[in-house]
Amino acid sequence: MKLVRMSPGHGDVLIAEGDREVAEEEERLIEEFRRQLDLGMWAAVPHEGSGGRREATMVRDFSEVPDGADRVIFFPPAAGG
Amino acid sequence: MRATFLIVPALAALAALLPLLARRRVNRPHPLVRHRDRKRDAAAERRARELLREAAGVDAYAMYSQLGFIATQGSVEDGYGYLIYPHRPIVAYDAESGELLSEYCVRFPDGSDPDAGEWLPDADDVLAKWMALHGDERRLIGEANMHLPGRQLDPGMVRRDLEILRAWRNGERAQNHG
Repeated sequence: MKLVRMSPGHGDVLIAEGDREVAEEEERLIEEFRRQLDLGMWAAVPHEGSGGRREATMVRDFSEVPDGADRVIFFPPAAGG
Repeated sequence: MRATFLIVPALAALAALLPLLARRRVNRPHPLVRHRDRKRDAAAERRARELLREAAGVDAYAMYSQLGFIATQGSVEDGYGYLIYPHRPIVAYDAESGELLSEYCVRFPDGSDPDAGEWLPDADDVLAKWMALHGDERRLIGEANMHLPGRQLDPGMVRRDLEILRAWRNGERAQNHG
């Protein structure tokens, strides 16, 4: 699984990568996940929904990341413009 | 009378200068982008487009690449959709009649790298809106400033975009079934 973060001037930047099945790697993913949320980032998991349509799920805890998800995308929180 | 002789030529001179001043203003880079690294920004946009393709799918990617915005469905029961523009408000519209319903002004400012500015690449901005609308529509709409249509975007332009979208979708369908 990859954790990537959208970033001005760069596009998405890889911030962590690991196998959730490997305890040590999962721990590192969780740590980085929490760090991004502590920074105020929003986290989304894109995936295939019913009928093959693309969907996205917003997650606030690592345990909410669906099994089999290959990527979590972090982006800055929305603000009224 | 004497003042009139002075004022009239002054106004005429000003009128002659206005188009030149306007052209100068248009050609001058916006203060926010004046010192930007265009090569870096172009590379960032390429990356962002690739992420958009992988995350939102080939249809959304094709729509964005060809039309400059993407359309996504809101509530099926309530029958509305959204047009998502990069760094512009999200526009809600009635999916059946095409009537424009509202503008949602929302941004994703990021101050983590002052050199890069605070704006995500265009395609990242579109993808962030798309993911937030799909994943937690209420949260995003709750953060946005809601206005009547026409506040920031010309309603005529948006209606034309809806027509272009309809034609584009018909063309895609014809291509897929042809």
